[in-house]
Amino acid sequence: MMLLARIRLVIFAMVLLGIAASGPASAQKLGPDGAPNPTASVASERDLLKQFPRVEGRIDIPDTKAGVLIHPAGRTWDYFHEVLLRWGGAIVILGTIALLALAYMMLGRIRIAAGRSGRKILRFRDFERFSHWLTAASFVILGLTGLNITFGKILLLPVIGPDAFSGVSQAAKYVHNFTSFSFVAGLVLIAVIFFRDNLLERVDIDWLKQGGGFIKNKHAPAGRFNLGEKLVYWFSLGAGVAVSVSGFLLLFPFYGTDISDMELAQVVHAVIALLFIALILGHIYIGTLGMEGAFEAMGTGEVDLNWAKEHHDRWLAEQLANQNRQEEPSAGEVVR
Amino acid sequence: MARMKFLCDADRCIDCNACVTACKNENEVPWGINRRRVVTINDGKPGERSVSMACMHCTDAPCAAVCPVVCIYPTEDGVVLHNKDLCIGCGYCFYACPFGAPQYPKVGNFGSRGKMDKCTYCAGGGGDEAPGSAEEFAKYGSNRFGEGKLPLCAEMCSTKSLLAGDGEIIAQIYRERVLRRGYGSGAWGWLTAYHQGIEV
Repeated sequence: MMLLARIRLVIFAMVLLGIAASGPASAQKLGPDGAPNPTASVASERDLLKQFPRVEGRIDIPDTKAGVLIHPAGRTWDYFHEVLLRWGGAIVILGTIALLALAYMMLGRIRIAAGRSGRKILRFRDFERFSHWLTAASFVILGLTGLNITFGKILLLPVIGPDAFSGVSQAAKYVHNFTSFSFVAGLVLIAVIFFRDNLLERVDIDWLKQGGGFIKNKHAPAGRFNLGEKLVYWFSLGAGVAVSVSGFLLLFPFYGTDISDMELAQVVHAVIALLFIALILGHIYIGTLGMEGAFEAMGTGEVDLNWAKEHHDRWLAEQLANQNRQEEPSAGEVVR
Repeated sequence: MARMKFLCDADRCIDCNACVTACKNENEVPWGINRRRVVTINDGKPGERSVSMACMHCTDAPCAAVCPVVCIYPTEDGVVLHNKDLCIGCGYCFYACPFGAPQYPKVGNFGSRGKMDKCTYCAGGGGDEAPGSAEEFAKYGSNRFGEGKLPLCAEMCSTKSLLAGDGEIIAQIYRERVLRRGYGSGAWGWLTAYHQGIEV
């Protein structure tokens, strides 16, 4: 906000300088009949738009945003929303799905190589799973209701007709606006409780060198989270903050923002959200279809010991060591 | 078929705001909604000009393109109308509009803008209401166009600065004015709205 205010101040100063510089020089010109030309000092629309992104002036009503007379960038935003965003979004989402399908066909489901041991170990506590599913459910609702704004009139409108589509879209708009709060709450929880385990470590380089667990005869070492999961965490955090900030700007229109800021907020919101959806599609794939034994970590909270050994060996070693340490002193007490 | 446009001859506009008042009175729009407004450029400086602005009823209207529920459309006269029964109040038409024309009855936090309202060229609404009916008037305002009349803002403009009517005819009137008086600051907004200026 401070930066925006400063930029606006600079533009305002430039306007004043421009008027001061151009005023006196042109004011003395005479018209064709020898009389002073009343338009000599008028800045033409073309000149104003060459100098500034939009033509603004004074307005008699309290609604300050009405002082913008001509804002050609509206058409640019229209082009972004109707062409770039629609094609870009379709390519990103369908492309991600195609890539995941290709990965499934080439790699298949990554099995637990040693088979299930039958022994379970706790991977995510109840509160951790609650935080994850709060964010996940919010994300799916936000994603679908958001995509409706861009793709609904092409995909859904022809199917259910304009009246029903309008009702659905109106409801979707309110659902989108209010689900944002549970999403932000979940995002904050996730950011806090998983922060320490997502800091990058030396072992992440080894994990990458060993092909990230995608090469069958190589073992990729990892702590509680491997590099892939850490990247999902950090990208989600970045994208989550970006969509939240831009989203709240859109939720409170024209509070400290002008028309260009609102358009920019929408562009950021839409572009980041689409990339976020692509990222989460990959996250959903590897957590369900792509890998045996992965879903139960967030499902029941407990994973098979052999799965943990193959994907998070260091974390498993730590957990087992902790368990032993807890058991030993109590055993000692009995001896005494 | 005629292509209806607005043209504000800024060299004649005296910032009297009568067009604003006429619009509000004719269409009985609620408080806070300004279908038409007068913006003064370079206020108090040499070369000050006032321009009366409302929906320009654009060619390839960007509001109609971005509307996620396709409730905005051009009629065969080039007038851009909308259907308030379909509008979901998302505010996208305001972001796309180069002239700040779309208005909303509520402030708009949490997406609670209400149904969009804008200049209808005094041509009633784009919904299912019968033209000239009381229902249409309550939602969209006057339907002078259906009675063969032009928008009241332009019709009662005391200096005939604001012109409404077929685009070619009002462009010709403006051209003749500029030739006769020897100056003209241009048809404000025409390049953006109609992809063409008026060359004299």
